[in-house]
Amino acid sequence: MPPDFIAAWLNRNEIFTAMTIMEYWDGMVTTVQLVFLCLIIGLAFAVPLAILRTVKNPFVSGPVWLYTYIFRGTPLLIQLYIIYYGVAQIPGIQETFWWEIFREPFYPALLAFTLNTCAYTTEIIRGAIISTPHGEIEAAKAYGMNWFMRMRRIVLPSAARRAVQAYSNEVIFMLHSSAIASVVTIVDLTGAARNIYSRFYAPFDAFIFVALCYMVLTFILVFVFRKIENRLLRHQRPVGS
Amino acid sequence: MFDLKGYGPALLNGAVVTVELAFLSLALALVLGLIGAAAKLSNSRVAVGIATTYTTLIRGVPDLVMMLLFYYGGQVCVNMLSDYIWDTYEVDFFFQFNPFISGVITIGLIFGAYMTETFRGAFLAVETGQIEAARAYGFSTWHTFRRVMVPQMLRHALPGIGNNWQVLLKTTALVSIIGLTDMVRVAEEAAKAERMPFHFFIPVAFVYLALTAGSELFIKWLDKRANAGVIQES
Repeated sequence: MPPDFIAAWLNRNEIFTAMTIMEYWDGMVTTVQLVFLCLIIGLAFAVPLAILRTVKNPFVSGPVWLYTYIFRGTPLLIQLYIIYYGVAQIPGIQETFWWEIFREPFYPALLAFTLNTCAYTTEIIRGAIISTPHGEIEAAKAYGMNWFMRMRRIVLPSAARRAVQAYSNEVIFMLHSSAIASVVTIVDLTGAARNIYSRFYAPFDAFIFVALCYMVLTFILVFVFRKIENRLLRHQRPVGS
Repeated sequence: MFDLKGYGPALLNGAVVTVELAFLSLALALVLGLIGAAAKLSNSRVAVGIATTYTTLIRGVPDLVMMLLFYYGGQVCVNMLSDYIWDTYEVDFFFQFNPFISGVITIGLIFGAYMTETFRGAFLAVETGQIEAARAYGFSTWHTFRRVMVPQMLRHALPGIGNNWQVLLKTTALVSIIGLTDMVRVAEEAAKAERMPFHFFIPVAFVYLALTAGSELFIKWLDKRANAGVIQES
């Protein structure tokens, strides 16, 4: 396509002006922030929870099981609604400083997403931990490693290798789920598309463009995780490749 | 204690809508998945290309965006079509694109892509010897597919279908956003009107929990039956 053709097209169209593109950009920033924060916090909590979940004592692993069961068994949309509409109902919250934080829809959404992704991640890591080859643990014990060192040096690194593929799916899933943030008035990518749709009544321009944005984000994530996977599993690479 | 302020019947109707939506979408997804898997495993490069594009596109785009596109875009398409029909044939033709149909189509299309991957893996798990034997008996391609491959791959596909179903069930909640009066929508309206979010959303969450827990048991049972002749290791 010649550049002047693109310029002419840009001049003619009313929808993709600098203003709407800025709107999409702001939406993209919100989406990336929301997803990145909830994944980081979720992962940070998921590792200790997954370890607790593998403990034999049912009073320790039971509550974690219940938490993951409830959050994986109900739709994220309901969790979001409960937290978003629910915080305002907590008696006395409007007088505390928490209200300043939770009045913005961003933080209830972040809390809901974090709780949700943390539940899924906990189960992924737990699966990886319990499938640690027994020999590795026996070897670690034979070397005289205590529980903590065994966890840190043997079990968790080996579990990370087994979990990374499932976790990359969870990350992409979370990116896609974050689209529902737009229903609680957050202007993320989907929110921007919905605003632009209602302003111009142009569903194809608004939603197909935003779908492409999500696709680019997804492919970037897939690429990054492939790199990470290659790095983590480099000892398994066939000789000479 | 469990006073639903007169929203009980509406919530129950909503639950029925949710279940209907889930089953219809599942049926569509299974059909699309079978077609997709057959296309991916076929020798035709065009079919492989179309199926690969389909699964890649679907897995790159959020379900909500897809749903909004089909719902609002579908309506615009219908409007354009009805304008065209009026201009050329002077026939008054119009229908409102309803959220239920767009919900079924979108969820069916999305999970059709996931089912494609599930079925593809399951078909590959069928021993080649079985297919060769069928060909040696003079079975046609279609006959081999229906009589040999499908019955044997189902056992391998079942866990994947089960997982997809669990996710699908929870995805149906999104259709409330485009205005379908399912259980989530009723709960949202009730919660806003009565200013009691926990009171209405928590029972709905438990209905979803019951549905997923019930399906888990059912899938386990199906799995046991499908693997009846297989000796389990360990």
